[in-house]
Amino acid sequence: MSDATDILIVGGGLNGPALGLALAQAGLRATVIDNRPDLARAEAGFDGRAYALAQASRRLLTAIGVWPAVGHLAQPIRRIVASDGRPAEGAAPFFLDFSSDEIEEGPMGWILEDRHLFAAFRDRMAAVPGLTHLPGETVVAQQTGPAGASVTLASGRVLTGRVIVGADGRGSGTATRAGIRRQGWTYGQTALVAAIAHDRPHDGVAHQLFLPSGPLAILPLPGNVSSIVWSERDDTARAIAALDDDDFLTALRPRFGDFLGAIRLAGDRFSYPLSLSLAERYVAPRLALVGDAAHGVHPLAGQGLNLGLRDVAALAQVLVAARRRGEDPGAPDVLDRYRTWRRGDATLLALGMDAMNRLFSNDNPILRLGRDLGLAAVAAAPALRRGFIRQAAGLSGDLPVLLTGRAL
Amino acid sequence: MSVQGTVDPAEVAKFEAMAAEWWNPHGKFKPLHMLNPCRLDYITGQIAAEFGRDLTQPQPFQGIRLLDIGCGGGLLSEPMARLGAQVVGADAAARNIPVARVHAEQQALQIDYRHTTAEALAEAGEAFDVVLNMEVIEHVPDPLAYLTACERLLEPGGLMICSTLNRNAKSWLMAIVGAEHVMRWLPKGTHDWKKFITPDELQNLLVKAGLDPVDRKGMVFNPLTWSWSLSSRDLSVNYVTASIKRG
Repeated sequence: MSDATDILIVGGGLNGPALGLALAQAGLRATVIDNRPDLARAEAGFDGRAYALAQASRRLLTAIGVWPAVGHLAQPIRRIVASDGRPAEGAAPFFLDFSSDEIEEGPMGWILEDRHLFAAFRDRMAAVPGLTHLPGETVVAQQTGPAGASVTLASGRVLTGRVIVGADGRGSGTATRAGIRRQGWTYGQTALVAAIAHDRPHDGVAHQLFLPSGPLAILPLPGNVSSIVWSERDDTARAIAALDDDDFLTALRPRFGDFLGAIRLAGDRFSYPLSLSLAERYVAPRLALVGDAAHGVHPLAGQGLNLGLRDVAALAQVLVAARRRGEDPGAPDVLDRYRTWRRGDATLLALGMDAMNRLFSNDNPILRLGRDLGLAAVAAAPALRRGFIRQAAGLSGDLPVLLTGRAL
Repeated sequence: MSVQGTVDPAEVAKFEAMAAEWWNPHGKFKPLHMLNPCRLDYITGQIAAEFGRDLTQPQPFQGIRLLDIGCGGGLLSEPMARLGAQVVGADAAARNIPVARVHAEQQALQIDYRHTTAEALAEAGEAFDVVLNMEVIEHVPDPLAYLTACERLLEPGGLMICSTLNRNAKSWLMAIVGAEHVMRWLPKGTHDWKKFITPDELQNLLVKAGLDPVDRKGMVFNPLTWSWSLSSRDLSVNYVTASIKRG
């Protein structure tokens, strides 16, 4: 059996559905193939996964009709405080304090749980004509030729289209099958993720504490709950993950501090090993990679999804423009436009976050002094500060239309 | 793969190789590939405006009969066919025709490619809603006779898009020295600068040929983004015009 579509999107995480929606709304036919059954993910309790959505990402979600269903479930970030502190020593002499009052665009971002976002995507995918969502289907083979591309599912079904998009994460089978190699490294660090309830309100403040063993992010969720992303060296993380809940909290308290009052767990705990994984190419004949399949980054500052949605916005705009000009969307010069638009931004950000993490995950006194001075310089220069805030909000650079909140 | 009638398989293989060359964005026709999105933006915008079509709809050019003069490998004919137009691609170079046919067949597009000229088609009484006359006029010996033939090929109310190169010091520097000698984008001798036409000269020729010029834009290369874009003001090198045959 063979089905014709325009764009075959492999991967049903968030970038894949976002791309499918953007394309289908603009009149292209898209098929999103997800190897997970969808009900389990959307109807589960809080699994600890939450995203820090930049302004630009919120605008894209608005443009593709997803934000109206989740806006009320998202916690706006009013301030971001980045401090360089060692446990039990209190705040370092210098720290960064970014407030949304300093830019005109409103909150600096929103924290939103994965389960809410995915449920909204699933409902929207069912409502938009031209979009086919195939959950619980695995791609086992792909072919590309001069006129088209196809993927073969485990069930034997063959789907045909003009372009294959790999949105299947840092272990992207789509990239592997296309012969695209990856470079990357592990950090020897693992992120411990959990939801923490606290007595005092967080007032919408996100904290990024740079501790010698790795960063601790405290991200505000609706109510008196925060999501933590606590990075530790692998062996330490393994030991902490093995603790029971009470001992886990005992280990967390000196790092978390007592500024939000008493803390307790508000859900299960998870751990994710940290690694950087960059695809050597973002495009191949009739094939493009987006999100972690192109560049799996360290989750510092929550930029992973934001970066992925920038890919989605750029690729959607390139493909839709090609379609409206009558070009073959899978032609090499069309896909090359996406590559040149994205490569610099994504690699720079990935390496920047990597360098930042390496710099801050270090107790060398000279490095410590250097970064304190660097942070102080940023803190003192208003233009530089606004640049940082706008960058964190995803509002700088050559912006695709979707990131301004308009549909294609 | 069959190419209209009985053709030697070795010939077909040769045509396929030539088609691959035409459609290789980094090959011999790289300058056309770089210019193509900009040309297509202009062409699709003008056709949509003139015939009241919505480019966000699938196959918006359904029912429009279009002639692509100097079609080459089909770089404009194929997009027009994909948008639903009924396309005739004409080229005075016989070797381009089977090459264009092979590629259209690979793309499952129906395009009527012919080894002929504008004058011969006009003589035969053919008529079109749209005539694309892109980067051709600077190569013809008698521009007025050629544009008159193009006018005869248009239905009343029909639209002609015509692009060419301006004649001034900058265009000599860019199109001859830059494109042919420095960048080697085009073979030396591709263009004869003396045959380039200024926008006002073209305007006069179009009017003399019986057409009503309605729009003109520059096509400007930006070396920073390495891409072409349309400009309302800068017609100093490449430019494109739209004219109507009043019915």
